[in-house]
Amino acid sequence: MADEKRTSLADHAVPAEEAGGAGAGQQLPERRPAEVMRELLPAIEPDRRLNDWGRSERVEGFMDATLVEFFYRYWFRTEVEGIDNVPSESGALLVSNHAGALPPDAPMIAKAIREEHPNPRPLYLTVEHFFKGYPGFSMLIPKVGGVAAHPANVHRLLYDERQLVLVFPEGRKGTEKLYRDRYRLRRFGRGGFVEAAMRAEAQIVPTCVVGAEESAPIFGHVDVLRKLTGLIYFPITPTFPWLGPFGMLGYLPAKFKIRFLEPIDTVELGGAEAAEDKALIQTLSQEIRALIQENLHEMLAKRKSVWLG
Amino acid sequence: MARLTSLEAPRDTETRRVLVTGLATYWGGRLAQALESFEQIDAIIGVDSVDPTRELERTEYVRVTNQHSLLERIVRAAEIDTVIDTRLVVNSLMASPRVAHENNVIGTMNILAACTGSDSPVRKFVFKSSTHYYGAEQDDPAFFTEEMTRPHPPHTGLERDIVEAEQAVSEYAQRNPDVATTILRCANVLGPDVDTAFTRMLQLPMVPMVLGFDPRIQFVHEDDVVHALEHAAFHVAPGIYNVAADGVLALSEVIDLVGKVAAPVLPPWGTGIATGSLRRLGFRIPVEVVNQLRFGRGVDNRLFKGTGFEYGYTSREAVMKLSEHMRLAQVMRGTEQEYTYEREVEEFLRWSPNVRREHPGERGGVAADREPLGF
Repeated sequence: MADEKRTSLADHAVPAEEAGGAGAGQQLPERRPAEVMRELLPAIEPDRRLNDWGRSERVEGFMDATLVEFFYRYWFRTEVEGIDNVPSESGALLVSNHAGALPPDAPMIAKAIREEHPNPRPLYLTVEHFFKGYPGFSMLIPKVGGVAAHPANVHRLLYDERQLVLVFPEGRKGTEKLYRDRYRLRRFGRGGFVEAAMRAEAQIVPTCVVGAEESAPIFGHVDVLRKLTGLIYFPITPTFPWLGPFGMLGYLPAKFKIRFLEPIDTVELGGAEAAEDKALIQTLSQEIRALIQENLHEMLAKRKSVWLG
Repeated sequence: MARLTSLEAPRDTETRRVLVTGLATYWGGRLAQALESFEQIDAIIGVDSVDPTRELERTEYVRVTNQHSLLERIVRAAEIDTVIDTRLVVNSLMASPRVAHENNVIGTMNILAACTGSDSPVRKFVFKSSTHYYGAEQDDPAFFTEEMTRPHPPHTGLERDIVEAEQAVSEYAQRNPDVATTILRCANVLGPDVDTAFTRMLQLPMVPMVLGFDPRIQFVHEDDVVHALEHAAFHVAPGIYNVAADGVLALSEVIDLVGKVAAPVLPPWGTGIATGSLRRLGFRIPVEVVNQLRFGRGVDNRLFKGTGFEYGYTSREAVMKLSEHMRLAQVMRGTEQEYTYEREVEEFLRWSPNVRREHPGERGGVAADREPLGF
C-alpha cells in the first residue's frame, strides 16, 4: 500500500496523448510562447495571506521567527558555504542529500537562503504525495512551502513562476536509513529531477548538508506501528516515540554545515529537447549524486567534532 | 494587459443563428438573455423539455425532449450555425443518478447526432463541461492543464458521466473537422443567483470541513461563465479550455471571507459514510465534492485567458461577492418575483402586430450592463 504511493518525479510524466483517455483525440489549442504564458499567470492579490500553492505568509513567518530561528541559530549553529551559487533571479532546482526522522535539512536550507542570500527568495520543497492524504500534514505542509512532487508542479514552479525548488532525490530512502548508514547516499530515484530541470531549462544546484544525520539518528523501525498509524515509516530515535509526537522535534545539537555547489546549466546540456534522452539523464543524475557524495566526504574529513564542527 | 488584445483570436462573424440547449437550466437561460443583446445574431432558438425559468425577449423556445430526429429537424429548419450545449448536470444533488446519466450521456449523444451529417448547417459547437472531469485525488498536480487526464478512473456516477460526455464530444470533433468544437471546463461556480454545491455549503451556518485537511479550491463567478460561453461562441479557436478565475483559495480562507465558522466535523477516515448521514440531516454535500473537500483542486486557466478573455472576478472576489449577497439576502428575503413561463403571453409579445418593438434589449440580460463583445 505504502509502496504504491511512492513518488518519483518521473512517474507521471506521461503526456495525455500517450496515456489515452477522454479528450485525447481532440486537438488542443496551441500553447503560446513561454513569455506570454508567464504574463498570463494570475496576479498576486495583496490582501491575501496565502498564495495559490496554499503557502501561508503568516504560518511560515511564525515558524520562521520561532522554531526555525532557534534551531538554525542556536541549536544547529548553521554554517553556509557558496550561497552565491544559488541564482538570484531565474528558476533553479536545489538537489540535496536527505536525512533525519523528521528531516531538519529542508527548513535549514530554506532558512539559509533567507538569511544569507543577497536576494532572499522563498524555497519550495517537494514532498511525497503521501502528505497530501494524511490528516494534519495535509493542512500544515502546504502552508510552509511544501508542494507535492508531481512533475507538473515542479515544471510550473521552475519554468513559469521561476522559483527555487528543493528536491531530495533519495526521497524516503534517505530519511528512513539507519544511523549506521549515515552519509551514504541512496539511489537517486529514476533521475526524474534531472528531467524536470531540463524540461524547465532551469539550473541545478547540488547541495550538501552535514549534521542532519547526527541530529536525528534512527536506530530502528517498528513496522507494526507504521501500519497502525498509516505513516510512511515509524522510526525509533533518541526521543521518539518516547516523548510522543513532539519527540520528532527532539533533535540533538549537531553542528550543521550547508554547502551549495556550482550550478549546472541544463541549457548548455541541450535543454528541453534533451529531456527525452534517458541515457543523458541517468548519467547526469549519477554525476550529481557522485558530486554530492564526494563533497560530503570532504566535509566529513575536515570535521573535528560532530557537535562543535 | 495591453499586449493581449493583439493576441485575440480572429473574430468569428459567422455566428448568426444560435441554438441553446437546456434553455430551462440556469446557464441556458442566462446565456440566451446575454445573446439577445447582440444585434448581429439573427435567431436564438432554445430547446428544453421543461419551460424556461428566465424571462426572454426574442429567444424562441421549443419544447422538445432529447430526441435526435426532432432536434435535427429544428437544426436544419432554422439553419443553425452555432450550437451551445449548456445542459450538463454537474451536481449530483440536482438530479437522480438515472436522470443525470440520461441527460449527460444520452442527451449529449443525441444532440451531437443532431449536428452530424455532411449537409448539416452547424459550424460551431460549444460544450459546457466541468472541472469535475479531473476529479480530486491525492496524487493530482496542483494545477491541471487541459491536456491532462485524471490519474485514476472516476468513482462517482456523475464524474463517469462527465468523462463519457466529453469523450463523445471529442469523438464528434474528430469526425467533423470542419465543425469548430470547443469544450469549456468550468470550475466550481459561485454567485448570487446560481445554485451550486459550494453556494449551498457556504450558506450553512457552519461550513463542514474534513478534520485535518484544508483543501485548495478554485472558483469562477457566474457572470464570467456566461461571458466565457459567449466568448467561445464568437472568438475562440476549437479545443478544450479550463474556465476558472485567477487565484486558488484554501477552504479555511474561503470560510473566513464569508465570515462563517469552520466546522471540521467530517472524519478523515470514513468521510463518505459521514457525509451520507449528514446528507440525511440536511447538510447536503454531493459525493463528487467529498474528495474535493479532502484533496482540493486547482486548474491552469491561462489557455483561455490567452484567447483574449478577461475575467471580471478573481476567485477571492467571487467569494466576497457571494458573501455580500448573503448578507443582503437576509434583508431582501421574499421581495423578488418569480418568473413563470406563459406560452400565450410569450407568443403574443413575440408575434402580435400590436406589440411595438422600439427598444430592443430593454429587458436586459447579463450583457445589458456592459459593452457587447466584439463587432
